[in-house]
Amino acid sequence: MVRKVFVLSEIVKVEKLKKYFPVQKSFLEQLFTRELSYVKAVDEVTFSIRSGEIFTLAGESGCGKTTAGRVIVRLLEPTSGKIHFNGADITQLKGEKIRLLRRRMQMIFQDPYASLNPRMKVGDAVGHPLEIHGLAKGEEKRKAVLDVLDKVGLTPPEQFINLHPHQLSGGQRQRVALARSVILKPGFIVADEPVSMIDVSLRTTIIDLMLSFRKELGLTYLFITHDLAVAKYISNRIAIMYLGKIVEMCQKESLFLNPMHPYTQALLSAIPVPNPKRERKRIELTGEIPSAIDIPTGCRFHPRCSYRTDKCSEKEPQLIEVEKDHFVACHLMK
Amino acid sequence: MTKTKVKRSILARLIPGLTSLTKRGPSGWMVILGIIIVTAMVVVTVIGPWIAPHDPAKTNAHLIRKPPSFQFPMGTTHLGQDMLSRILCGGSIMLQVSALSVLVCFLIGVPLGLFSSYVGGIFDKVSSLVIDAIYAFPGLVIAIAISAMLGRGVVNMALSIAVVYIPSYFRVVRSQVLSIKELTYVEAARGIGAKWYTILFRYVFPNVIPSIVVVATINFADAILTAAGLTFIGLGVTIDIPDWGRDLTSGWQYLSSGAWWIITFPGLMVILLALGFTLIGEGLSELLNPKLQR
Amino acid sequence: MPLLEVGSLTVDYPTSRGTIRAVEDISFSLRKGETLGLAGESGSGKSTLGLSIIRLVPYPGVIVKGHIKIDETDILKLPEDEMRFIRGRKAAYIFQDPMTSLNPVKKIGAHFVELIRTHEPSTGKEEAFERSKTVVENLGILSERINDYPHQFSGGMRQRIMIGLAIALNPGLVIADEPTTALDVIVQAKILDLLESLRKIYGMALILISHDLSIILERCDRIIVMYAGRIFEYATSTEIHKTSKHPYTQGLLQSIPNIELSDQRLAAIPGSPPNMLDPPKGCRFWPRCSYAMKICRVKEPDLIDVGRNHFVRCFLYGEEGVRVERNRKS
Repeated sequence: MVRKVFVLSEIVKVEKLKKYFPVQKSFLEQLFTRELSYVKAVDEVTFSIRSGEIFTLAGESGCGKTTAGRVIVRLLEPTSGKIHFNGADITQLKGEKIRLLRRRMQMIFQDPYASLNPRMKVGDAVGHPLEIHGLAKGEEKRKAVLDVLDKVGLTPPEQFINLHPHQLSGGQRQRVALARSVILKPGFIVADEPVSMIDVSLRTTIIDLMLSFRKELGLTYLFITHDLAVAKYISNRIAIMYLGKIVEMCQKESLFLNPMHPYTQALLSAIPVPNPKRERKRIELTGEIPSAIDIPTGCRFHPRCSYRTDKCSEKEPQLIEVEKDHFVACHLMK
Repeated sequence: MTKTKVKRSILARLIPGLTSLTKRGPSGWMVILGIIIVTAMVVVTVIGPWIAPHDPAKTNAHLIRKPPSFQFPMGTTHLGQDMLSRILCGGSIMLQVSALSVLVCFLIGVPLGLFSSYVGGIFDKVSSLVIDAIYAFPGLVIAIAISAMLGRGVVNMALSIAVVYIPSYFRVVRSQVLSIKELTYVEAARGIGAKWYTILFRYVFPNVIPSIVVVATINFADAILTAAGLTFIGLGVTIDIPDWGRDLTSGWQYLSSGAWWIITFPGLMVILLALGFTLIGEGLSELLNPKLQR
Repeated sequence: MPLLEVGSLTVDYPTSRGTIRAVEDISFSLRKGETLGLAGESGSGKSTLGLSIIRLVPYPGVIVKGHIKIDETDILKLPEDEMRFIRGRKAAYIFQDPMTSLNPVKKIGAHFVELIRTHEPSTGKEEAFERSKTVVENLGILSERINDYPHQFSGGMRQRIMIGLAIALNPGLVIADEPTTALDVIVQAKILDLLESLRKIYGMALILISHDLSIILERCDRIIVMYAGRIFEYATSTEIHKTSKHPYTQGLLQSIPNIELSDQRLAAIPGSPPNMLDPPKGCRFWPRCSYAMKICRVKEPDLIDVGRNHFVRCFLYGEEGVRVERNRKS
């Protein structure tokens, strides 16, 4: 087969990434017990993101997707594993080098009410990255800020430049956050639930803006969400996380047409569909998500899985390529 | 910005700011009332010496302890000095001492609190320990001790009072920084690559300022009372300068003989000044806190 | 005879910056056993409406106009102690945040027992306890856990307990305010299923308040779409799904990602929800409406019956506006 497409390079590569948080012990516990227990938020995760794609980490709360996102941009320190960015190993970088890295990788946060400094005007907040990295000052900076504010739909930009966050709505604040993250023209953006806290009618606007920036600036996104419906709309590839591990990873279409992991299947069947007539075939899951401190043995999903076998409680399944570009971590896949 | 521009921008923000206070309910009125009182006191202190009818230090042996009359509306002291003139001229020491002590507190307590809480670690633990130790002592005791060491004079008084109140600034700043440090917009600042001092001064500090203002005003009120207290026990300024605190001391001795005016008028002034600052502080605290909660 | 009848309800919030009319002239009715969905975004007034029905509008909100009849009794005219009788027994409210709505120092069983004995003082301790156990079991919680404290339960379980407390006295009407917002999608589905099964067992009417139109379409018989305190559309869920009339409703439907559709083109509604201190004159939605006509900027449309029990507030319908044939985008 003749490939007319260039082989996409990997802009981000994550290998066996772990992030554990030690659990605070009470004074008595510190005296009497030796062992530390950990919240294993991210427990050995491996994947790569191809240049120009939108890669989604999806899952319920506590699955580790948000933590993984923060570790990748080095807002948190990895416990172990490797992170490669643009071919370079950034796992061990410290201080100034990480700061310089910020020109190339940026983050958009979930809560538009918390991610902007209440005391900074919109213009200052959006222009601040340029100032920090010495890329533009004075009139040049102002022009760049006006330009990007216009692009995110905050028009007329001259009016918005002098406003404070509390004068804006949630949707407008998130646009400011988006503007701030793209003004440096980074290559890679991690978007952590960027639309979960925004009104439904405004979500599409933000998502469309993200997509148009991707086209204009050649961006790659790591999109983190619990909303699979949004994931379906925006992603190229999706990885489903459960309790710190990836259980399924594939192209978007494959995930919805042919979900293989029992957890993915249950998850998809639970998503509400705006159709009153539809008969739901819901896959019932027993129990709830266990704590990340006390992870079940073997396959961490086995206590809730209706297909479990003995092997499932003993041995942890590996993430294997079961079909072309479709990875599943389940003993039943053979 | 040029001087005129600065003045204009401060005024431009001041007037709408003050008028908006009227709409903020009882707390807003508290602040306005406080500002009025303080401004009035400051004005009295500044122009007092110019409008005083008599020389406040001039003694008149035959006019001692005269009750309020037309010639001496607030009566005379045990040395025959005109009380009204002494009242008009006696505020400046108190204001100077308090203002200076608040300034010193601010310049030491705030940066220390900022750095200590942001940096954390051993430095923070040690600073907190020292500060808490100072905080544990009753304010007046420390002020007396240090004042006795340093001696008299405006500056020394200010310094001894300052030491008492530095812990308040430190603690308030520290608790604010600790909570703000965890907020998303600070994380976002790290995310765009800001250096630690940029984060501290442009993201953390501006959001700490409201609480500092509240502490400062209450501090001012407290400093005035402590200054009066120090002077009362004789650790304050020298005898010839008219001073409300001094008059409190002398007035106290003559209260039992019926000369109520010697202690009452300076006492009222001290209370009024302290009240003014307290109203501002409490009012601001109420105005700012509900906003913070929301 | 409807179980609940709301007529011309108007609720104001006086603030230092002006009065916000959170709910304006709302009228609807609910029959026994029916589910009604209140759909809307922030500022739509749906939560205020829900709270008004049991007269729990938070200070400084005030119900300024209208009547609310539960079982033919206008509850707005009742004194507070009679209203307390209604709350819990005739109408129950499930609050949004289950984390803070339970008393942390009381066992779960004690919550139920207290509830039952407060409203039915003649019930003995034993009997109340037995009834509590039954309810807890119906919630899908093991009855041994009746002696556990709230913090020993997860978020999803706590929400179930909240639901249990709401239905324990078998009220005719239950109002659930965003019961699943803080929950993950699998737990969310379970909670909604639970509500549905309990509803069938006890024969309750349910008002489901949510910003998630998918849930509302899936689970409700009739739907009210609210915007800036007004009813924009009021019809059965099938009608809204197949033939929604109001441009806002259509805009909402087109902006929800649907996992069952492939190659979905999502459309955004331009602009933002209005500032309720100074809403637009005329139809509140006109600044964002692609069909806005001259009259929309000047006058507010009335709620019109367009047949099949389908009501719309829009000048595109009725005699004042112009009837426009439109192609439905799928």
